[in-house]
Amino acid sequence: MKAESKGILKRISGPVVTAVGLDAHMYDVVQVGDEQLMGEVIRIEGDKTIIQVYENTSGIRPGEPVSNTGLSLAVELGPGLLTSIYDGIQRPLEVLVDKMGNFIERGVTAPGLSHETKWEFMPLVKAGDAVAPGAIIGEVQETNIVTKIMVPPKSKGGVVKEIKSGAFTVDEVVCTLDSGEDIKMMQIWPVRVPRPVTEKMNPDIPLITGQRILDGLFPVAKGGTAAIPGPFGSGKTVTQQALAKWSDAQIVVYIGCGERGNEMTEVLTEFPDLEDPKSGKPLMERTVLIANTSNMPVAAREASVYTGITIAEYFRDMGYDVSLMADSTSRWAEAMREISSRLEEMPGEEGYPAYLAARLSEFYERAGRVETLAGDSGSVTVIGAVSPPGGDFSEPVTQNTLRIVKCFWALDAKLSQRRHFPAINWLNSYSLYLDTLSKWYDENVSPEWNGLRTWAMEILQKEAELQEIVQLVGSDALPDEEQVTIEVARMLREIFLQQNAFDPVDTYCSMEKQYDIMLAIKLYADLAYSALKAGVAPAKIVTITAKNDLPQIKFTQDYKADMEKIHKAMEAEFAKLREALR
Amino acid sequence: MKEYRTINKIAGPLVFVEKTEPVGYEELVNIVQSDGTVKRGQVLDTSDEIVVVQVFESTAGIGRDSGVRFTGETIKMPVSKDMLGRILSGSGKPKDGGPEIVAEKRLDIGGAAINPYARQSPADFIQTGISTIDATNTLVRGQKLPIFSGSGLPHNEIALQIARQAKVPGSTEEFAVVFAAMGITKEEENQFMADFERTGALEHAVVFLNLADDPAVERIITPRLALTTAEYLAFELGYHVLVILTDMTNYCEALRQIGAAREEVPGRRGYPGYMYTDLASLYERAGLIKGEKGSVTQLSILTMPGDDITHPIPDLSGYITEGQIVVNRELHRKGIYPPINVLPSLSRLMNAGIGEGKTREDHKKVSDQMYAGYAEGNDLRGLVAIVGKDALSERDQLLLEFADHFENRFVRQGHDEDRSIDDSLDLGWELLATLPEELLVRIDRDLIRKFHPKYRSKEA
Ligand SMILES: Nc1ncnc2c1ncn2[C@@H]1O[C@H](COP(=O)(O)OP(=O)(O)OP(=O)(O)O)[C@@H](O)[C@H]1O
Ligand SMILES: Nc1ncnc2c1ncn2[C@@H]1O[C@H](COP(=O)(O)OP(=O)(O)O)[C@@H](O)[C@H]1O
Ligand SMILES: [Mg+2]
Ligand SMILES: [Mg+2]
Repeated sequence: MKAESKGILKRISGPVVTAVGLDAHMYDVVQVGDEQLMGEVIRIEGDKTIIQVYENTSGIRPGEPVSNTGLSLAVELGPGLLTSIYDGIQRPLEVLVDKMGNFIERGVTAPGLSHETKWEFMPLVKAGDAVAPGAIIGEVQETNIVTKIMVPPKSKGGVVKEIKSGAFTVDEVVCTLDSGEDIKMMQIWPVRVPRPVTEKMNPDIPLITGQRILDGLFPVAKGGTAAIPGPFGSGKTVTQQALAKWSDAQIVVYIGCGERGNEMTEVLTEFPDLEDPKSGKPLMERTVLIANTSNMPVAAREASVYTGITIAEYFRDMGYDVSLMADSTSRWAEAMREISSRLEEMPGEEGYPAYLAARLSEFYERAGRVETLAGDSGSVTVIGAVSPPGGDFSEPVTQNTLRIVKCFWALDAKLSQRRHFPAINWLNSYSLYLDTLSKWYDENVSPEWNGLRTWAMEILQKEAELQEIVQLVGSDALPDEEQVTIEVARMLREIFLQQNAFDPVDTYCSMEKQYDIMLAIKLYADLAYSALKAGVAPAKIVTITAKNDLPQIKFTQDYKADMEKIHKAMEAEFAKLREALR
Repeated sequence: MKEYRTINKIAGPLVFVEKTEPVGYEELVNIVQSDGTVKRGQVLDTSDEIVVVQVFESTAGIGRDSGVRFTGETIKMPVSKDMLGRILSGSGKPKDGGPEIVAEKRLDIGGAAINPYARQSPADFIQTGISTIDATNTLVRGQKLPIFSGSGLPHNEIALQIARQAKVPGSTEEFAVVFAAMGITKEEENQFMADFERTGALEHAVVFLNLADDPAVERIITPRLALTTAEYLAFELGYHVLVILTDMTNYCEALRQIGAAREEVPGRRGYPGYMYTDLASLYERAGLIKGEKGSVTQLSILTMPGDDITHPIPDLSGYITEGQIVVNRELHRKGIYPPINVLPSLSRLMNAGIGEGKTREDHKKVSDQMYAGYAEGNDLRGLVAIVGKDALSERDQLLLEFADHFENRFVRQGHDEDRSIDDSLDLGWELLATLPEELLVRIDRDLIRKFHPKYRSKEA
C-alpha cells in the first residue's frame, strides 16, 4: 500500500471538489473533508486533484483536509453478498438504517460484507494439491446457492500447504499456499477493472425468461447483451423485474441506477415471497440488489453499474450463469454528463461527454459466456434499460447502446397506452442471436419451433402492411384471404404476444406452453385457410366460437386438457362449416 | 458574524463574492443592501478565490456596496404542529398576519434521501371519487402522481376535487394538506384558498405561496419548504399528508434561469443537464416508512408547454413520478369534465392498491379491458373520417360506440360527484356489456360470469 498523502480542499461545486497538495493517481479513493466523505480522483491537473464525492457535500468548506487511501474503488466479494441490498458504492442499506436511521445521512461507512459473521467453510482441495489463480478451493452453503471460494485471480497460485474446515469470518485465513500466501474467503476487486477469464465463448444457449415475446421472437443468449429502450411508463422496469424473477439464471444482480426508491422496495418485499420456478426456493436467495435511486448522490450512481457488474463477474467466475439488469443506463449516462459538465469538459452530443460511447461499450463488453480461470463455464448476461428523452430513440445513449448490444427490445408508447404489454414493438425489435440459438430450440423445444417463429413473424409483418390499406379503405374491403390473415395476426398479438406480468399464472410461461399456444394458433390458421379454399365465407371463419377459449389458456396453470378440447372444438366447428356448404 | 463587502460581480440571480474566509457549500447567506433590506441566498460554488451565491429574491438593489454575511449553516426551517392552518410566503414567512412559527425543530430543507431499505411499499387505495382515477389509474397512499395539464385546462378543479373527496375507505386517521404554489396567478390563488375555506380544509393545511409576481428564484426553495413540512408532519407526527405542488413548470423555469446565469452548458431545450436529478430530489420525497404511522402523497401539477408531453418538464417528471394523470384539451373542448385522457395516463402503483380485499377482484381486468376497447374505438374514429361508418365491420362499429360511451358516461362526471369505487367499476361493466362477450379477452371467464350484467341480472 502507498503511503497516505494529504492535501487540502480548494473548491466545492456540488459533487465535484478540487484539492491541492494531494499526491494522487487516477481513480484513487480519497477521504474528503473533516467528515471524511468518500470520493474518487477523476482528474489531475498540475497540483490540482479533481474528485467526485459519493456523498452530499453541503457545508463542506475550502481548507478542509483531503487524504488519499491509495486504493482504487473496490468491492468486497465473498459469502454474504446474496440477498443483500447495497447503494452504488456497496454500502449495505440495511446496515445504514441501523447506523443512521430512515434517511441516508453522510459520513457513515459500512463494509460490503459482514466481517463478524462466521460461515461454514467446506474445503474442496487438500494439502499437496496444486491450485492456480481462480481455482475453487472450497465452498460455503450460503442460501440454497453455494458460494465457491476461489484463489484470487491476482494470486500466483501454488501448492496447498494447509487448508482448514469449519466456521470462519471472511477475514480469516482458510488456506495457505507453499509460497506462504494466505487465502481468505473475501476477495477485494477494483470495480472499474474486468475480472479475468480464460476465454470468451460463443453464446449459444438462450436465457429462458418465461416471456413469450422474448423467448419466442427475440431471444437473448446466456452471456449476451440486450437493451430495452422506451419512454416513461412503457414497461422497462416491469420487464426487467420479470426477467429478474423468471429468467433461468442462477444468480441475478439487479441495479436500480438513478430510478425510484419504491421500485427497489417492491423488489425487496416481493422477492422473498416468490419462488424460483426451478429450485422452488425464494427468489431473493439468488439475488443481489444495488439501489442508488435518483435522489441519492449522483457520483455513487455513476459507480453503481461497476459495482453491480463486478459482483456479477465474481459469481460467473464460480461457474454460474448470472444475469444483470441495469435500470436505467440512461441515468448512469446522465451521471457521467453531470460530472463531466462540472469538470467543464468539452461536451459531445447533447452535452454527454465524448467518452460516453467508450464507457457504454466497455460496460457491455463485460458480458459474455466464458471459460472461467477454474476451467468451468459461466456467463454474465447484461440487460440494460434505456430511457430516451421524449421517447426519441435517435438520442445518443440509445444510439450508442444499439451499436453494441445484440438484442433490441423496443418499447412502444402506442402499445403501452392501449395496455398491450409487454409493449415491445414486434416490428422494430430484433435479436441477433436467432441463428446461434436455433439449434438449441430444435433440440430442446421442437424441431418445428424455428419454422413456427418465422411463420408468426411473417404474419405480423403482413398485418402491418395490411393495416395501411385498412386505414384507407376499411377492413371489409380486404380480399378474403387477407381478412383471415388479419384475424390470425390479432390472435398472435392478443394471445401469444400479450402477457400480463401481474397475473399469477401468466407472469411466467414455460417454453412448452409457449410452443403449445403457438401450435394452437397455427392450427387455427391452417384450418381457416383450407376452409377458405373450400369456399367458406371469411366472416364465418373469423368468428368461430371454438377459438374464444384460447385466451383463457394463458391464465390457466394446468392447461393441457383445456387445450386438447380447444383443438377438438376448432376441428369440429370447421368441419361443420364445410359440411354446411354441401 | 463577519460581513464582507467584496462583491465583484452580479449576474441575474447570482452574486460573486471574493476574498472570504472558507465558506461552506450550500451555506445560507444574508445579503444586506445599503438601505438595510436583507435578502437571502445560498452558496452554489465555493473556493478560496470566489464564492458564488444564488439569491432567492430579486437582486435589484444589490450592489458592490452591499454586505454579505455567511451564516455557517445550510438552510434550515422551523417546523411545528402549529403550522397547520397557516399561510406562509414562498420562503416561509407568515403571510396571514399571524406570528412567526415557533420552532419545535429546525430541519434542513435539502431533505436526505429515504433509505430504500426503510421504505414501505404503498398499498392503501385512496378513493378520489373520480372514475378515471379510481378505476383506471388508481392513486395509493404514499404515491407521487402528478397531473400533466395544459394552460387553460381545469387541472386546478381536478386537484381540488381530489383534495376534497380523497379518502381511504374505512380509515379515520389524521390527515393534512400541504399546498405549495409556485408562480401561480392571484386568481388561481383565490380559487384554491376559497375552496380550502369553503370546505374547512384550511384548518388541516399548511399553505406556501409564491405568486407570479414574487421572485422567480424563490421558487427553488418553496417546494423544499413544503416537503420538509410534509415529512415532519408525516414521519414525526404521524399525519397522512397530501402535498399539492403547483406549478412545477414554473419551478423548472426558475431552474433554467439559474443555469443560464451560471453559463452552464444547457441540456435539452435549454434546461440544465441536472434537471432530472434536481426534480428527483423533490418528487422522491414521498412515500411511507416502515414502522412510521404517517405518509406523504404527492399530487403535483404541471402545465405542459405547447401541450407537448415530450417537453423536458413533463418528460423528466414522468420518468420519476409513479405515473401521471393527463388532462386533455380535446376532451375539454367537447365539454367533458374532468377531461382526463386515460390513454397516456398511468398509475404505476395501481396494482398494489387494488384487487380482492382492497377494492374488488375484477378491478384490474375491467380496467385493462376498458383501455383496450377505448384505445381501439378511438383509433377507429380516424378511419371513419376517411371511409365512413358503413365500411366498418359490426365489431368495429360497436368499438366506436364504446369509445363515445366511455367518454360521455365514464369519463364525464360532476365537479362534486363523488363516485364510490363500486359505482365506477359497475359503470365500467355496463359499458363493457355493450360489446360482444368474445371481445372481452382481457377478463377471465370466472370474472365475466360473476360481474357481467348479463349474468348478474339472471341471478337477480
Ligand atoms: N396495439 C396494437 N396492436 C396491434 N398492432 C399495433 C398496435 N399498435 C401499433 N400496432 C402496429 O403498429 C403499426 C403502426 O401503428 P399506427 O398506425 O398507429 O402508427 P403510425 O403509423 O405512426 O400512426 P400515426 O401516423 O397516426 O402516428 C400498426 O399498423 C400496427 O401494425
Ligand atoms: N408485462 C406487463 N404486464 C402488465 N402490465 C405492465 C407490463 N409491463 C408494464 N406494465 C404496466 O406499465 C406500467 C409502467 O411500467 P414500467 O416498467 O414502470 O415503465 P418504465 O420503467 O418504462 O417507466 C406498470 O406500472 C404497469 O402498470
Ligand atoms: Mg422504470
Ligand atoms: Mg456452469
